[in-house]
Amino acid sequence: MEQVRNIGEPILVVENVSLAFGGVKALQDVSFDVCEHEVRAIIGPNGAGKSSMLNVVNGVYHPQQGHVTFKGVRRQDMNSHEAASMGIARTFQNIALFRGMTVLDNIMTGRALKMKTNFLQQALWWGPARRDEMQNRHKVEEVIDFLEIQHIRKTPVGRLPYGLQKRVELARALAAEPEVLLLDEPMAGMNLEEKQDMCRYVLDVNDQFGTTIVLIEHDMGVVMDISDRVVVLDYGQKIADGTPDVVRADKKVIDAYLGVTH
Amino acid sequence: MAESLDTFPRLLLHNAKVRPDLPAIREKDLGIWQSWTWSEVAAEVRTLACGLAAQGFKRGMTIALIGDNRPRLYWGVTAAQCLGGVPVPLYQDAVADEWVFVFQNAEIAFAIAEDQEQVDKLLEIMPKCPQLKHIYFDDPRGLRHYDQPEIMGYDELLELGREFDRAHPDYFLAEVEKGRPEDMAALFYTSGTTGNPKGVVHSNKNLITTGRMAAEIEGITENENVLAFLPMAWIGQNMFSYTQALICGFCVNCPESSDTVMTDLREIGPSYFLAPPSVFERLLTQVTIRMEDASWLKRKMYHYFMGVANRVGGKILDAKEPIGFWDRLLYKIGDLCVYGPLRNVLGMTRIRITYTGGEAIGPDLFKFYRSIGVNLKQLYGATETSVFVCVQPDGQVKPDTVGKTVGSVQIKIADSGEILIKTPGLFDEYYKNPQATAEAKDADGWFHTGDAGFFDADEHLKILDRAKDVGRLNDGTLFAPKYIENKLKFFPYIKEAVAFGQGRDMCCACVNIEFDAVANWAERRNISYSGYTDLASRPEVYDLVQDCVEHVNRDLAADEKLAGSQIHRFLILHKELDPDDGEITRTRKVRRGFVAEKYATLVDALYSGKGECFIETQVKFEDGRTGTISAILRIVDAKLASPDAAKRAA
Repeated sequence: MEQVRNIGEPILVVENVSLAFGGVKALQDVSFDVCEHEVRAIIGPNGAGKSSMLNVVNGVYHPQQGHVTFKGVRRQDMNSHEAASMGIARTFQNIALFRGMTVLDNIMTGRALKMKTNFLQQALWWGPARRDEMQNRHKVEEVIDFLEIQHIRKTPVGRLPYGLQKRVELARALAAEPEVLLLDEPMAGMNLEEKQDMCRYVLDVNDQFGTTIVLIEHDMGVVMDISDRVVVLDYGQKIADGTPDVVRADKKVIDAYLGVTH
Repeated sequence: MAESLDTFPRLLLHNAKVRPDLPAIREKDLGIWQSWTWSEVAAEVRTLACGLAAQGFKRGMTIALIGDNRPRLYWGVTAAQCLGGVPVPLYQDAVADEWVFVFQNAEIAFAIAEDQEQVDKLLEIMPKCPQLKHIYFDDPRGLRHYDQPEIMGYDELLELGREFDRAHPDYFLAEVEKGRPEDMAALFYTSGTTGNPKGVVHSNKNLITTGRMAAEIEGITENENVLAFLPMAWIGQNMFSYTQALICGFCVNCPESSDTVMTDLREIGPSYFLAPPSVFERLLTQVTIRMEDASWLKRKMYHYFMGVANRVGGKILDAKEPIGFWDRLLYKIGDLCVYGPLRNVLGMTRIRITYTGGEAIGPDLFKFYRSIGVNLKQLYGATETSVFVCVQPDGQVKPDTVGKTVGSVQIKIADSGEILIKTPGLFDEYYKNPQATAEAKDADGWFHTGDAGFFDADEHLKILDRAKDVGRLNDGTLFAPKYIENKLKFFPYIKEAVAFGQGRDMCCACVNIEFDAVANWAERRNISYSGYTDLASRPEVYDLVQDCVEHVNRDLAADEKLAGSQIHRFLILHKELDPDDGEITRTRKVRRGFVAEKYATLVDALYSGKGECFIETQVKFEDGRTGTISAILRIVDAKLASPDAAKRAA
């Protein structure tokens, strides 16, 4: 069955971005775009600048040169709060959940920006605050249902195996109802079965909610299977960009992965 | 009352009239229990039935229902019955090929499936079952891009139903009116330990009469709550969360998913509960695992008070023998500190009536639940007898019998020792299989169960085993494999066991470890392993299981008749026995003959005195693919207990 997804106009454009930490040039003049509703992968060997790239898009790092255009708004500096309220959500390479809190509470934090009531009202849990929480809880439950984690709803995150923690992190990002979802190595450290599950969820999210997905991944097999287009970085530079088939055949990519002397 | 309540559709309409606002069914969805009242259910069933009628479903046709316990599947059952059709519930975890025979045998043209997984399996068998023309699905997830003309969503079907109902407003009630108590009401395919499954035909009358009889004896009312978590295809599940729910008007609760049953059980706190022994075993295993992780004080407390419960708990529940003041006080304290909280964790705080059925339960397991104050009783019956044949009456519960006959059920013990049954709920026939029908049901209407048993002095029926399984060792010692297996399975570390000995010099056993429990045990001892097969072969695990086996031997030695059938040698299997591989039935009964054949090399090795054996086995994965697992299995000699030592210990 062919997927009927309408890949639209570019929603996120990265132009000539350069980022350096002192003498270390993490990114050099990188440009690419991400279209609406597509699954876009960023791959590359260790230290290629993949996570830095994601951090630039997300507003955690501020590039010395270049611009990021998101939904027609062009800016050099975006802070992460703005990024979140504009509809960008992400997961992290090293799981960043509240380990002592339950799965449900962790996912609820993903709704923080959608809560309309203020801190005081929520503390009293009265009137509008209560309604507010009920509406948001409903959305969270939909995400729990979608990712099939009902059985761990009330379990503290710290007690869960790694694969499930990754899924909870995805759930928290999804709870924010993002337009663009940034996934930093969602399959790292997983066994084959967990990887397959995660692939299915990523594709389902993309298919059902039309969420645009940008993912960083180590595992070439996974990337080639699920992405529409792939950007390859090496030593902070873009060395290839295109569909999985094009990228796979690219001489420079093969060299980068097999380690040819520069 | 003028109308007679002798068919399922009439029962539903009756409930909608006399208790319209009481909850009929609940399902946990998005974290909240959603309820439907009897009047809402009646309206929904009407629309659904009209939808099916609009799609060409007619009197006498069959419809398959596949999935976990979902309200919509239950409504599908009633809707089909309203139109005079026959619902055929199927085991949802079966691989697609197993359904082919059923679909061909029952000529099933309609199916309601829970989700994408089941729809995929139906599409897979379609080429072999060309008469299958309509597939409806409940959960649309992942099915958006399916464009086969046979597939339709449940909601779309309801829409068709509404249109049809508007055009033919009298159709539904007229069809319900046409229903007769003798009409076929459901087809249950028995998993069968040999050959193709057999379709057991039950009429409205069979199921309703039996259900009503048992409900009256136990005083079941509209205020009960049950949790529907067993496969719909099992008649026990149908009887207790469909037939009796309609008869008494109580509420059926569908859990959120199969993984959340424990939590849902706690939230609902059912008052009426039926489960096969394997479920009680699993619950106990979880308790044991958690107790081992508990703090030193809690562990000590648990073990001390379980000792007290073991000594006096059962007697207090039966209220037969006088118990001393000191023991009563201890039990009260235990109830406050251990048993009460334990019942709460198990979701058994509100339980009034609990049955275990479908398989013989290990006496130790049975005593455990009774000792903590859960009124667990054994139930004897078969698919062919609409479940209820014998039930243990309150206050007269013995661990080794299944109790007295229910109501108007009659039992006769044949000369061969086989149990014969006559009951108003006896099945009509095996669907399109007159030969099998004639073999099981004789001219006088006695059903031959194939079980061996006898009545004890108090008129309680005692089941020995499947008649063909009870055997003797070469030296003439009685060998009851199930008895030994159940003893082994009582240990939390042992999930499944198969005992061999018929026509041999000694008894040997193959054991399956309970992965969760053993993995937890291994983790606490820093024993590393890479997976099931590796864990099962660790010498430490062998030692652990050996302890269990030798414990069983000591118990067996205490019984004069069984002392000779102690387990001499055993091995731990490298893979779990799995219904997908045909080693156990879908209701989790070991197919001993099949296992002996499949693992013939292992059985030979057990008896030839070898220390280890190489085995390669084919396994079927859930998606139907096959693979192989190979391993070298160690075979270990277990220490035998002498009868005298056992007596001294006792």
